[in-house]
Amino acid sequence: MSEDVAAKRCLIEVNNLWTRFGDHIVHKDVSLSVDRGEVLSLVGGSGSGKTTLLRQMMGLETPSAGEVKVFGVSLQHSDADEVQRIRNRWGVLFQQGALFSALTVYDNIALPLRELGTVDEDLIRELVLLKLQMVGIEGAHGAKMPSDLSGGMVKRVALARALALEPELLFLDEPTAGLDPDRSESFVSLIEDLRRELELTVVMVTHDLDTLISLSNRVAVLCDQHIVAIGPLAEVVKNSHRFICNFFQGERGKRALTAVHEALVR
Amino acid sequence: MSFDTPVHAGRMSQPNTTPRLEPQLRQVTAGADDRLELSGPWILRALEERLADLSRQLAEYARDANRHWDLTGVTRLDHAGAMLLWRAWGGQRAAHLTLRPEHEALFSGLSVHRQRLPGPARDWREPLVVLGEQVVGFRDHVLQFVRLVGQIVIDGSRLLRHPGEAPAREISAGIYRAGAQALAITALVGFLVGIVLSYLSAQQLKTFGADIFIINLLGVSIIRELGPVLAAMLVAGRSGSSMTAQLGVMRVTEELDAMTVMGIPHTTRLILPKVISLAISMPLVVAWTCTVALIGGMIAAQWELGIPYSLFLQRLPEAVPIANLWLGLGKSVVFGLLIALIACHFGLRIEPNTESLGSGTTDSVVTAITMVIIVDAAFAVMFSDVGTF
Repeated sequence: MSEDVAAKRCLIEVNNLWTRFGDHIVHKDVSLSVDRGEVLSLVGGSGSGKTTLLRQMMGLETPSAGEVKVFGVSLQHSDADEVQRIRNRWGVLFQQGALFSALTVYDNIALPLRELGTVDEDLIRELVLLKLQMVGIEGAHGAKMPSDLSGGMVKRVALARALALEPELLFLDEPTAGLDPDRSESFVSLIEDLRRELELTVVMVTHDLDTLISLSNRVAVLCDQHIVAIGPLAEVVKNSHRFICNFFQGERGKRALTAVHEALVR
Repeated sequence: MSFDTPVHAGRMSQPNTTPRLEPQLRQVTAGADDRLELSGPWILRALEERLADLSRQLAEYARDANRHWDLTGVTRLDHAGAMLLWRAWGGQRAAHLTLRPEHEALFSGLSVHRQRLPGPARDWREPLVVLGEQVVGFRDHVLQFVRLVGQIVIDGSRLLRHPGEAPAREISAGIYRAGAQALAITALVGFLVGIVLSYLSAQQLKTFGADIFIINLLGVSIIRELGPVLAAMLVAGRSGSSMTAQLGVMRVTEELDAMTVMGIPHTTRLILPKVISLAISMPLVVAWTCTVALIGGMIAAQWELGIPYSLFLQRLPEAVPIANLWLGLGKSVVFGLLIALIACHFGLRIEPNTESLGSGTTDSVVTAITMVIIVDAAFAVMFSDVGTF
């Protein structure tokens, strides 16, 4: 298989990345790649730099050393136009939703489409209503302001906005944080359905074991400035690293894993 | 007929980006069979630049209801592409359609009836409603302001009885921020205004040979009017806006609610210290501004009229009755109270969204400056016979 084919399959490449905040080293020589069509979860303790790594992949932060390539374009060494062009190919769901509080739900989703400047208002309306329908929100809520929405609805609207430009790549930062178990269950299955339907590649940061288990193909564990394990969940769980043991073999981890196992057997 | 567009050579030459293929449509006529073949990626990113063009062409082709649509050549399809076709077909599936099985789901999702957005209701009574809302809104403002003042009086009198509970650190921090940090800007503005005023007056006075009256003119106008009003405007812009924005952000981030549930009243912790510190620092800033403005005026007078500094300083107390100074300082205490109260009033009304934060801060500064000028006019009328000969 030629290198070219491998590069096409690989959407995100992180090469020898270092992050320093003053004297504090967050990432030490981290390398990682995300393939087309997979769901990669970043796991790690608080302060282990998961969110920082995610933000570096979106180009919101620049690593101290090393390179991040998305769609084969280096975020550090490419000109602004090229980076701008790939920005439309990914969508981001921020932890708090990051909806524009001065715009209605409808306008929030319509904004990226209007920003293109080529889509007529008629098509924008159809697309916005379609996205709202996809995330399970009635069109009548379109006129509401973000401050009038519940936490779960904010996440759904934010997801609809992230999908507005039909991205190939979706970044999720704590997709289920702050949702009740029922809501997070349905949100997870919503993401799973959309992922399958739209053939999305997903990179996600999560603390929630249920989300992790039900969504991800591969898991990368960040600990002590390194990626200590990466691979399918079943393999990572067997790793004997201290953090992984605590994370998955702790009371909560066991419970979640058993539940999954039972579900699989059934 | 063909609408094939060659792939952009420029894009192909860049090894880093994937070659961009264009969405294509081609009409194939073989005997009675009239087919329209679509191929390439029909996704938003590829369609974007030719959207208007394509949608017109599609509408043209869709007029013939019996046309056969062949979408098997479409490599990639997304909702935008599907919606474009769907719209051309008049909100329904084309009668004769062949497409890849993986694209079937995209179209089946479209056929579900989507709820329309409720359109904005037009009503001839709207101007009346807006007017009514403004009147009610103004009443709300007044009521809330009165309530705020009342609450501060209650809290203040409580603090007088228990002086130990006074938020001393907040007050001193407020004096530092609103007073000490404002010294540079007020000095600059005061100095320049003093020079300009003195220079322009000197030119007029020279023609009458009334040079010596420059001291009376500058002394009274700066100490009684200009100093307090100038300083109040600067402080309203500087400290008033920051107070409003601070309270507004605390509302947005739910910090105000956090204080409420801890049983810490906003008025004692946040508002009272601001009001007291501005009431204390305002006369100090005004005294400073007046001093610097007079120095500026003195320099210009020496320069333009040849009045020596010693004469200026010697004549000043004789020319300006001391009552003017007390009036100026007294006014400035009132200005300080007003600016802080208005800033806090608007800060507490801010709703948890960014637009409200911006407009609230603007309203606060505009109202504060307007009120300063109105109150200044009221003072001028009330004390018209004070401090004159």
